[in-house]
Amino acid sequence: MIFKKTKKLEMQTDQFLDKVSEAGLTFLVGVKAYLNDDKEEFEHQIEKMRILENDADFLRKKIEIQLYTDTLIPESRGDVLALLETTDDVVDIIKYTLVEFSVQVPNIPKEFHEQFLKLSDHVIQAVEEMVSAMRSFLRDPLGVRNYLHKVYHHEKEADHLAEKLKRGIFASESLDLSEKIHLRYFALHVDMIADYSENVADRLSIYTIKRSI
Amino acid sequence: MLLLFFLSSGLFLGWSLGANDASNIFGTAVATKMIRFKTAAIVASIFVILGACISGSGTTHTLGKLGAVNMIAGAFMVALSAAVTVFWMTKLGLPVSTSQAIVGAIVGWNMFAGKETDFNALLRIASTWVASPILAAVFSILFYLILKKLMHIWKLHLFRLDAYTRVGLVLVGAFGAYSLGANNIANVMGVFVPVTPFTPFSIFGYELSGTDQLFLLGGIAISVGIFTYSKRVMQTVGDGVVKLNPQTALIVVLSQSIVLFLFASKSLETWLLAHHLPSIPLVPVSSSQLVIGAVLGIGIVNGGKGIKYGLLLKIASGWITTPVLAALISFISLFFLQNVFNQSVYY
Repeated sequence: MIFKKTKKLEMQTDQFLDKVSEAGLTFLVGVKAYLNDDKEEFEHQIEKMRILENDADFLRKKIEIQLYTDTLIPESRGDVLALLETTDDVVDIIKYTLVEFSVQVPNIPKEFHEQFLKLSDHVIQAVEEMVSAMRSFLRDPLGVRNYLHKVYHHEKEADHLAEKLKRGIFASESLDLSEKIHLRYFALHVDMIADYSENVADRLSIYTIKRSI
Repeated sequence: MLLLFFLSSGLFLGWSLGANDASNIFGTAVATKMIRFKTAAIVASIFVILGACISGSGTTHTLGKLGAVNMIAGAFMVALSAAVTVFWMTKLGLPVSTSQAIVGAIVGWNMFAGKETDFNALLRIASTWVASPILAAVFSILFYLILKKLMHIWKLHLFRLDAYTRVGLVLVGAFGAYSLGANNIANVMGVFVPVTPFTPFSIFGYELSGTDQLFLLGGIAISVGIFTYSKRVMQTVGDGVVKLNPQTALIVVLSQSIVLFLFASKSLETWLLAHHLPSIPLVPVSSSQLVIGAVLGIGIVNGGKGIKYGLLLKIASGWITTPVLAALISFISLFFLQNVFNQSVYY
């Protein structure tokens, strides 16, 4: 009985992490579609993202309820719940950012496409490494370090690229101030995805010490 | 009725053993909510009684060699002296062991009755007090290293590890309770064995000797202690001196249980002797000191951080002060029982 429940929970956490990873990849495809002005593909990715975010939320709640009702992992329950919630925040910010592209339809000049793509690529790599670190935390705490330093690396790269992008935007002579401020907002929000992943990584680095016997 | 009154000091020792020592086995598991108190109490009670009835005779025999108290009033006072010593030292906040108190109390009776104390037996017993926590530390170091390696190889999911640990804590706890009953029943009922007031009788074709009945009664007293008072102690242990996680708790309980078992198992002794190997003396040892030894072992593997050397020194001093104090109390109270209450305490 106890093993059956455990197996189900394992599956659900794996599914939850799959959703997080998929949300990241969907974001990347969505941004590419937006920059290529492929509206149909972009709206398709937005729709996909809404479903992923819903599913992730549903799974997180299910896991949390089961952890409490069956009083499972009493020692690390608080840590795992905090991890699930901060990871869910990552999905939320990914979805929010992509939806804002659809709502605000920013005008991104061609000269900044490359930098936007590079920035998105780094933030999503940070998400991917964070998901791997989470999986490792659940199965092999000693292996978490292998992923954490990659999360930090991509987060720093994203910060650097976002700053470079913002400098470029404000230095541009072809954009109005309102457009500059608008674009800066998007650079900031895309970069925040990496910051949220870093939050999860920070928690993981502490919880891993607690988890190792 | 008077006979039952005389047994009361032993029963009180049993109650206090259940109240305090069950927490050494299930304390962390209950305090960390890995196991419900009810489950722990039921498992501990069943297995402590089984251990006492099936394997309790080995350690009792050793205590008997030290001094066979031959009047029930004397046995009553010996057990009461041990209980008073334990209570007093606990009040003073000193680490104390029932095993050491009962040995001191028996020596006190020997002195009062003018019987010679078998110093070889005493030395054998005292040496186990030093050896047993060390042995528990060695076991816990070994198990800790093995478990760490296995966890790295198996890469168990956190939830699965949790499930396995729960099952492990119940199984190892059952073994621990069995070993505790087998090893420590001598402290509770040992002194009454030579003067058992019970006559043998048959039940379902199995004959219960006077000693069996004493052990059963002692086991029940321990169970009552577990059900009535150990919950509080378990919660204190869980929040107490050393914070263990469920996996290290499993190692500590396993190490403690094995040492308790080694010092109680007659069949193991027979097997060792049959294979011309040095045997392990069957002596009641302190489960609390075994826990401290086992936790210390884990502390050593982790580089010796957080080891409280002051506590170790206190324990070592208890190896001398506990039996001396118990002997003194036993001697004085036997004098009173004999001269004030006109009870024969020896012949």
